[in-house]
Amino acid sequence: MKTPPKSRNPKPAAAAPREWQLRLYVAGPTPKSVAALRNLEQICEEYLAGRYHIEVIDLMKQPQLAQGDQILAVPTLVRKLPSPIRKIIGTLSNTERVLVGLDLRPHGPDPSATRKGEPDAR
Amino acid sequence: MKKTKTLSPPKTLQKSPTGIRGLDEITGGGLPTGRPTLVCGGAGCGKTLLAMEFLVRGATEFGEPGVFMAFEETGEELTENVASLGFDLKALVAGKKLLVDYVYVDRSEFEETGEYDLEGLFIRLGYAIDSIKAKRVVLDTIEGLFAGLPNQAIVRAELRRLFRWLKDKGVTVVMTGERGDGTLTRYGLEEYVSDCVISLDHRVVDQVTTRRIRVVKYRGTTHGTNEYPFLIEKDGISIWPITSVQLQHTASHERIPTGIERLDTMLGGKGFYRGSSILLSGTAGTGKTSVAATFAEAACRRGERCLYFSFQESPSQIMRNVGTIGLNFQQWVNKGRLGLLSVRPFSHGLETHLARKIQSITEFVPQVVIIDPITGLDTTGTPLEIKAALMRLLDWLKLKGITTMLTETMSGSALDRTDAALSSLVDTWIVLRDLETNGERNRGLHVLKSRGMGHSNQVREFVVTETGIRLTDVYIGPSGMLTGSARVQQEGRERAERVTLSEEAERQQLALACKRGALEAQVAALRAEFSSEEAIITRTVSKDKQRGAVLALDEAAMGVSRKGDAIKSNGSRARRDVVTGGN
Repeated sequence: MKTPPKSRNPKPAAAAPREWQLRLYVAGPTPKSVAALRNLEQICEEYLAGRYHIEVIDLMKQPQLAQGDQILAVPTLVRKLPSPIRKIIGTLSNTERVLVGLDLRPHGPDPSATRKGEPDAR
Repeated sequence: MKKTKTLSPPKTLQKSPTGIRGLDEITGGGLPTGRPTLVCGGAGCGKTLLAMEFLVRGATEFGEPGVFMAFEETGEELTENVASLGFDLKALVAGKKLLVDYVYVDRSEFEETGEYDLEGLFIRLGYAIDSIKAKRVVLDTIEGLFAGLPNQAIVRAELRRLFRWLKDKGVTVVMTGERGDGTLTRYGLEEYVSDCVISLDHRVVDQVTTRRIRVVKYRGTTHGTNEYPFLIEKDGISIWPITSVQLQHTASHERIPTGIERLDTMLGGKGFYRGSSILLSGTAGTGKTSVAATFAEAACRRGERCLYFSFQESPSQIMRNVGTIGLNFQQWVNKGRLGLLSVRPFSHGLETHLARKIQSITEFVPQVVIIDPITGLDTTGTPLEIKAALMRLLDWLKLKGITTMLTETMSGSALDRTDAALSSLVDTWIVLRDLETNGERNRGLHVLKSRGMGHSNQVREFVVTETGIRLTDVYIGPSGMLTGSARVQQEGRERAERVTLSEEAERQQLALACKRGALEAQVAALRAEFSSEEAIITRTVSKDKQRGAVLALDEAAMGVSRKGDAIKSNGSRARRDVVTGGN
């Protein structure tokens, strides 16, 4: 599982800006929240080591923040930077899909699609 | 805080009034308080508007703030859309009476991995409700979630949880849903909402659309079950539930004149009953509009208000035309007593026509309503539909005590249609007809029926003159009623006859006087003759008496001279003897 992302990792990383700002919305310390945060940290360490910042927002404590990022489902991971904003909902248990969702993992064989590659398949 | 209708039995369902005209009537007081209501219907049938009006009226009229959770339109779009209906969302939002939360779900914008739930939505909604202490919530339309989120199993489970949660919160919820294929909603929302379901419909029949509303179900309460037409007007939605009208009106004993004096006489001497319905039937050109206009004018003249619906002529055309029979409608329009409303039958469906009429009548508050002609509605539905609609309209008008005059253009003869759909609906039926005799066409009028009064059975000719409508005298000739020039002729003949008769009488009177004179002269002559005779006889009698006395004297004197016999008793014999002896 780890080999293919690693081999392509440098490319998008090089194209990406200095720091990744990630925001994880959760609703209280539920098992899902905990799992999501754990998965996220794991992925970040692996692919964005030293270049990421995770902000965890507990909507139970700050409900007014839900509207701003159009949060419906929790947990939701929002990539604030680099733009455009991207969202991944769920516990982030499937690393492959998280990487696609964060644009860290290109989809399709064409390397030129790596920069602006849209996750066109699910 | 709960502001709901207080109902007398303790266990009945609490209801939150919607404030939407007519909806509270058919739901028996509003939507179920603290429970969700589903409003479903096809595109463009007014779901969002109904939901929004529920919130706006709740906030402005019932002091219940509301949250509008929009899944389709942004707050700005909503504000613009409902501004045309007179709802000022910005002011309500600023006054913390209303909160619009636009929920944007786009499947292409996120990736899904692993488990999740919709707690975020709950939190948003809960935060919105708490921040303005909302009592009402609209979810428009929550089906957006099905399209936006890939995992329908999660959405369904979460929706179930959402409605339980909303019930626990005690807010009254209206959620909208797009009509599906053969189902009430596309995603089967009705399975979550078991309390109240309202269906909206926007049907096109013969290129004419009619909006309808129906309460599909309403658990724990009675409700109107019919489809009711509704209008979206400049001040929101209005429903006119006139199908629920029953025969309960009280009958008035008051009579109102028809505006045509002799017609009043034909109707038991006093005219129509107030609050009754009158049908004027007639073929084209028999003067229906003239009679109706005269009635309208009479109402205005009495100081009442009259609303005149026309399917054929524009207001100015009506005013011009009635001017030629001496009616001045302009003055009554200026005084606000007369309302002229012209509309083409094709412009709306039957129900919309009806609803609009009732709306106009409710606004104008007339005592007299004229619909000229109801046959204009023929194009808007089947005869059965039209009859049903008119029955509802007439019942409603009677309930309001409004006198209604309908005109009807007939094809063919009047009396062939005694089974006419309308005859059972109306109280007074006046038939105007052509009387064709001697190569001319004249107008006749008769009262076919008039409930509750002794009415004339006479067919009357009526003429339309520059000064109004006049019923003429009746002339019955050998071949029936005389009309037109035959009547004029007859009138002439009768006048001549009258003259002859009066001359004859004069002559006879004169002769009588002469006779009396002659007789009196005769009497005088006889009397004169008699008195002269009398005088003669009197004189003769007195002469004889004198002579008798003288003779007696003479006899006595003779007796004395013969024998000095003074005995009177023998005297006569002696005289006889004397006489005999004398012989």
